[in-house]
Amino acid sequence: MKRDTRANVAAGLLLLFLAWLVLYPLLLVLIEGFRGPDGWTFDFVRQFFRRRNEAQALWGSLWISVATVVLAGGIGVPLAFLFWRYDFPGRRTLGGLVALPAVLPPLVGVIAFLFLYGESGFTSLLVQWLFGLDEPPWRLQGAAAILLVHAYSMYVYFYLFTRAGLSSLDASVFEAAASLGAGRGRTLRRVVLPLLYPSLGGGALLTFMTALASFSAPYIFGGGFRVMPTQIVATRLNGDDQLAMVETASLTLLALLALWLLRGVRSPNEQGGGRKGVPPALVPIRSRTARMLVAVLGWGLALVLLLPHLTLLLVSFVPVGTWTTEPFPPAYTWRNYLTLIQDPVRARPLLNSLWLATAATAVAVAVALLAGILTVRSRVRTGGAIQSLLTLPWAVPGTVFAIALATAFSVHAPLAGRFILVGTLWILPLAYLVRDLPLTGRAVLAGLRGLDPSLDEAAATLGAGWWRTLRRVTLPLLRPALVAGASLAFVTAFGDFVTSIMLYTYDTRPISLEILSSLRQSDVGVAAAYGVVLMAVSALVFAVGAEQGSTG
Amino acid sequence: MPFLRLEDLSKRFGATLAVDHVSLALERGEILALLGPSGSGKTTTLRLLAGFEVPDSGRVLVEQDDVTAVAPVARRFGMVFQHYALFPHLDVGQNVAFGLESLGVGGEELSQRVARALTLVDLAGFERRRIGQLSGGQQQRVALARALAPEPRVLLLDEPLSNLDPALRERTRREIRELIRRVGITSVFVTHEQEEAFDLGDRVAVLRGGRLEQVGTPEDLYATPATEFVAEFVGRSSSIPVTVLGPGDRGLRIAVEGVEWQLTDGASSSAPAGPATMVVRPEALRLLDPAPGSINGVITQRRFTGSASLYTVVTDGGASLEVSGPPRAVSPGQRTGILPSRRAGGGIHLFPAPKE
Repeated sequence: MKRDTRANVAAGLLLLFLAWLVLYPLLLVLIEGFRGPDGWTFDFVRQFFRRRNEAQALWGSLWISVATVVLAGGIGVPLAFLFWRYDFPGRRTLGGLVALPAVLPPLVGVIAFLFLYGESGFTSLLVQWLFGLDEPPWRLQGAAAILLVHAYSMYVYFYLFTRAGLSSLDASVFEAAASLGAGRGRTLRRVVLPLLYPSLGGGALLTFMTALASFSAPYIFGGGFRVMPTQIVATRLNGDDQLAMVETASLTLLALLALWLLRGVRSPNEQGGGRKGVPPALVPIRSRTARMLVAVLGWGLALVLLLPHLTLLLVSFVPVGTWTTEPFPPAYTWRNYLTLIQDPVRARPLLNSLWLATAATAVAVAVALLAGILTVRSRVRTGGAIQSLLTLPWAVPGTVFAIALATAFSVHAPLAGRFILVGTLWILPLAYLVRDLPLTGRAVLAGLRGLDPSLDEAAATLGAGWWRTLRRVTLPLLRPALVAGASLAFVTAFGDFVTSIMLYTYDTRPISLEILSSLRQSDVGVAAAYGVVLMAVSALVFAVGAEQGSTG
Repeated sequence: MPFLRLEDLSKRFGATLAVDHVSLALERGEILALLGPSGSGKTTTLRLLAGFEVPDSGRVLVEQDDVTAVAPVARRFGMVFQHYALFPHLDVGQNVAFGLESLGVGGEELSQRVARALTLVDLAGFERRRIGQLSGGQQQRVALARALAPEPRVLLLDEPLSNLDPALRERTRREIRELIRRVGITSVFVTHEQEEAFDLGDRVAVLRGGRLEQVGTPEDLYATPATEFVAEFVGRSSSIPVTVLGPGDRGLRIAVEGVEWQLTDGASSSAPAGPATMVVRPEALRLLDPAPGSINGVITQRRFTGSASLYTVVTDGGASLEVSGPPRAVSPGQRTGILPSRRAGGGIHLFPAPKE
């Protein structure tokens, strides 16, 4: 039929585009690692295996990621249980604060920690001042520092997944367990945990992949401690391009291996189909001491969660060069923010990030929508391949894609689909697009699967053509999913550091790079002001996304 | 000349033949029920009619037009979906207007025709209501109004009553029937409930495993079922293996559980002499104390239905028969005999036993 043919042609073109953008650069990296000046060679692979620091970086990546999963799970899961089961003073307020780390883009979180817990940060200066020490009491460096940042920023995944899993449990499950004589421990062990496995698995997978790809924390705090993403950048800075490609390939394999090992787990909203259980009644905490304890712990936690944000805000008012050894900055000014607006050189990154993220988000939404309609609705034969390519960038660390795109698009060979884009305006939006595709793709696919296909058929029987059905029926109903996917995509692109650092040009330098260079020039105030802008925009976009998602 | 014709339609999904050479014809204004258990191909047949599926072979014709390859819109068929498929983000009026807008109707005429369609389903003035505020029955009527507003040539309904609670069904059934009659539109609807098919359909097509078993008026199907399946699926009945012996002086002679019966009153038979299955309505049998010539068994269940009771009897031969009798004739656990009632009235049908 004509409709089918057209859909299949469109799907073929889309598949080609995705393969060119997502798969092709990765394959080129794989191949380039085996190519020397005189043809094929195993030299670089041999080098990779011979050098001790390569193995160390790979091992570092692996154990840091596993340790992050354990830490984040250790914080996020009990917290989720606490909020789900118990009533205590301040429960609502705290519940809102718990997701706060999510509004800090990776680099911003890292510099907030730097200002807060670093050698010349508030806490260490405070401790130094209180105890009259000559030296900073600790150094925020190495694996411990990385893990601290990871635990802070990634426990949210476990918390949210566990909450979602718990909220899909129906009270009748517990009533049944109780009527069958199961005590609290046995109910937890035999009923609740098995039902939560998919959620916990989903949280673990997301945390592991994020930790494996984490770049900002190791880059700023790593010092001599290397993980693979920072190792790749270092190798590339040394000019050992081919070796960097072998490293990139090894990190990719590690990521795909992890994904394959955890392939059985699915996120709860994928398997749950949106059915929501009636939650069991909250248990109020009655004992006075327990209430006190929970209140103190709770507000302590809130403080810990909020401190990085507050720190950033405070530091953003510090004039350049005025804060050295005092526990608190002696002077405050609005000038940092004014600079961002008035100085064209300083305002540029803000504008850059805005248009880069907007463009990448818009294209990512459009591609996801097209892919969704073709694969979910028209059920084209290439649907599986399209969906895989759409989600692939989620599994592959950002560093890898940065290297892959830098490799693929630094050569002029139009027949091979390669153009010189590195050093131009186009490479960053393209890189952001790749990183955004899985986010919009997931949202749109899930949204479309949730729509009753008979709505489309109803529109068709009522004489609506393809375009009118899309505009009047599909898009309005899909709006919550589109907004959710777009806001996630925008925030990711807006705060991106890992791909930007390798692909930016002076004209397209984004906010994250400007933060880094301000930091290098010890202009902490401006760095923090940029950080606050990133944080505020992220929070705003998330809030809009949540609002639209719930009312749409 | 029939208004709507399905000619030799077949549709295969993978290994299963969902619709197997089905041919049907409808007169203008006729209501046809597609009746069958799940997996019988009735929904696929409806979707082939609507144009959502393309048949592997066969044709669909409306007024001599071949619409087999025509897109759903261009067929000008209205459809009421099982879960209504009302657009949740549009209000009632916008839902009903949707199909009219496709035809380019606008302005004053649009609102008039929306109002007329809503009046037709007794929902006048409901234009600005949200879909979520409506009851199930009202949603169903909005779906009807939406399908009818563009004045389609044929109305298709997919299990129109399955989403309503039983108390509402009978009333809604009546309302739909009256509405279709009033509009005079040729209609095809799918159902798996015989009562619904009989009540709403002028004729009923019984489908099984993708094949058309029989099509006819409810009376035809009940009185002269063409196959054992139709006999059992349509109306209450039970079956028992018998041997057809041949014609006797007072009627057809059969052997059943070691005794011989002569079926005097209008038993229909498509079975030659030899092993056969007897499908029998409860009212075509009667209970009595075990006697010469009766088959005997134990009452296992009694269901009171008002003027009579339905008794389930497990015979000594192991068959389970449903027999209608006076409300309190016998109690479960008692032994009883069974004979054909003197006026079986076409309630007994014999079909050749399936070949092993």
